[in-house]
Amino acid sequence: MKKISLANLNELYSAISANYPLYLPVERAGEVNYGYYEEGAKVRLDVLKTVKSPKDCFFPQTEDLMKFKVEGQKIEIIDVREHAKPFVVMGVRACDFKAFDVLDRVFLVDPLDTYYQTKREAGIVITHACGKVEESCFCKTFGIDPVNPLGDVTVWTDSENLYWRANTEKGEALTKELGDLLVEYQGNAVEEQQAKVNEIYAKLPLASLTTESFKNGDMMELFNSDKWQKLSEACLGCGTCTFVCPTCQCFDIREFVTNSGVTRFRCWDSCMFNDFTKTAGGQPRTTQMQRYRQRFMHKLVYFPQNNEGAYSCVGCGRCVKKCPQGLNIVKVIKEFGGKQDA
Amino acid sequence: MQGLEKLMLEKANALLQSGEVDRVIGWKKGESYYDVSPATFTKDNLEGFVYNCFCGANLSKYLVAESKKEGKMLVFLKPCDTYSFNQLLSEHRIEKEKFYVVGVGCNGHLDMNKVYAQGVEGILSMSEDENNLIVETVYGQKIVEKESALLIKCLTCKSKEFAVADETLVVGEMKPANPNRFEEVEKLESMTEAERYAFWKEQLSKCIRCNACRNACPACTCINCVFDNNASGISAKANADEFEEKLFHIIRAYHVAGRCTDCGECSRVCPQNIPLHLINRKVIKDINENYGDYQAGAEVNARNPLVNYTKADVEAKEVVEGGNK
Repeated sequence: MKKISLANLNELYSAISANYPLYLPVERAGEVNYGYYEEGAKVRLDVLKTVKSPKDCFFPQTEDLMKFKVEGQKIEIIDVREHAKPFVVMGVRACDFKAFDVLDRVFLVDPLDTYYQTKREAGIVITHACGKVEESCFCKTFGIDPVNPLGDVTVWTDSENLYWRANTEKGEALTKELGDLLVEYQGNAVEEQQAKVNEIYAKLPLASLTTESFKNGDMMELFNSDKWQKLSEACLGCGTCTFVCPTCQCFDIREFVTNSGVTRFRCWDSCMFNDFTKTAGGQPRTTQMQRYRQRFMHKLVYFPQNNEGAYSCVGCGRCVKKCPQGLNIVKVIKEFGGKQDA
Repeated sequence: MQGLEKLMLEKANALLQSGEVDRVIGWKKGESYYDVSPATFTKDNLEGFVYNCFCGANLSKYLVAESKKEGKMLVFLKPCDTYSFNQLLSEHRIEKEKFYVVGVGCNGHLDMNKVYAQGVEGILSMSEDENNLIVETVYGQKIVEKESALLIKCLTCKSKEFAVADETLVVGEMKPANPNRFEEVEKLESMTEAERYAFWKEQLSKCIRCNACRNACPACTCINCVFDNNASGISAKANADEFEEKLFHIIRAYHVAGRCTDCGECSRVCPQNIPLHLINRKVIKDINENYGDYQAGAEVNARNPLVNYTKADVEAKEVVEGGNK
């Protein structure tokens, strides 16, 4: 393991960003989101939950797919895909890292999503183990270890140092490039922190949350439950939960049309919106209750049934913190019996 | 606030039992003290009814849908919410006969973000007294002064009057409203054009187009918003560029101009904490200055100055020049 003093972190960021675009939590106008590092950026590696997750770096909120150049009867199709150059995403928490796995299960299967694939292959991921946990955290419900995430490199931070461990060839190569900036470390600061965080996690209110009832639940019974009406009644139909969610992967394809051409792009969509998956034939879900149910059935029932039991929730707790009306997946899990006796 | 909660619960019970109302809209307990959600209740099913310092949501928006249902509903409104109620009445979005309005006294509600910002972590439970929030955490007890964690909309409280109420429940004294709620707007006005542009550019660049501001807004009651209507030609689910980040919010502000009661829900619900209320409040300030003081929702069926003509109205030229200042 290697280390660098927190006081020298700007040198580390500069060194990485000299060779790669560096994407990490930065504070802008009072809120912390992932953004590119530049001189003077207010890096906030300490923040546990960025507002948006880092999924943008592989699956941006808007992304051009192709362009059409129109000249009279002639239409030329322009491939806008760039050979993505390697980039570094730093500070990814264990839950958000696990979310990449959920996205991979969607985009890296047949039919392969080449837009996602190119970025995924070009990305070097530096995860950041949690040095604290919040009462809205429930990653362990999904088998995630908050204090020991993987990725190409894992870092831990305490009040003095950042500790660095390369996990893959990509990570080793990056470490080598940084040379003397990182110095060897032999102590047990990381183990001590891990034990402390685990101890605190166990005391938090969501430590005993479990999805067992969904594993054994009957899909149609869950679907037809009259609990959805009450659960969803305060839902405003905004897309906050879906847009801050690290695993939500639905998108819409739209076109920007001008006289000389067309830009076809995709953008995140939300199953909470009233025109979600609207087709010429109409609307498959006409009420907010149905839309609400779709979101949670997808995460807790449909997705696991299609993916060897893997849930498409990672317990990051962003929906818990951000829903304007206090609705979230925890309430759904608990309503359907998801709490072990302490 | 337990005193008020008890009175509200008793009122709800009494009105449901007597048959005066069929349903109640209020707040329901969640996973923790601060995790409360708007909810409806019926006779014999008031379980989970709660009212505490985190019940800051404006319930008026829900009444548009509730007004279409059979029967009468008891609704608890804070002073600021009553203006939204009146505005919805004026716009024929709700019918008064469908609601029994109980005004509840208010000394402001809290913003959990501001509690977290004071270093409060690992929350196990909470309680409150008149001035403080008492938080039990895994690291020990923390006391947070309520005054230090008020929602933005409560910091700039516009009124402690009930614009409409069949009756009121007030425990103790209500602190006066903030007489200087336009201060933040004045600060923006005093900036140079370039500074102001930079301010909004930075703030609005955070927008993720979740539509929470629009969906929570009691003035945004279009059945199908132009931005959701594929046939409109401008429907959009994302900000494709900087221009669109601003376009959405400016169009929304213009659409609610003269109708916005300054309830502050837009800023309360924004996941990126963009001070959206300032756009609307600037319009309100301009209306006040150009056409005389006007508070949307203060009276039912009042004429919004923007759709009313009086000889005293400022000349259009002056408005344009004012905007160019």
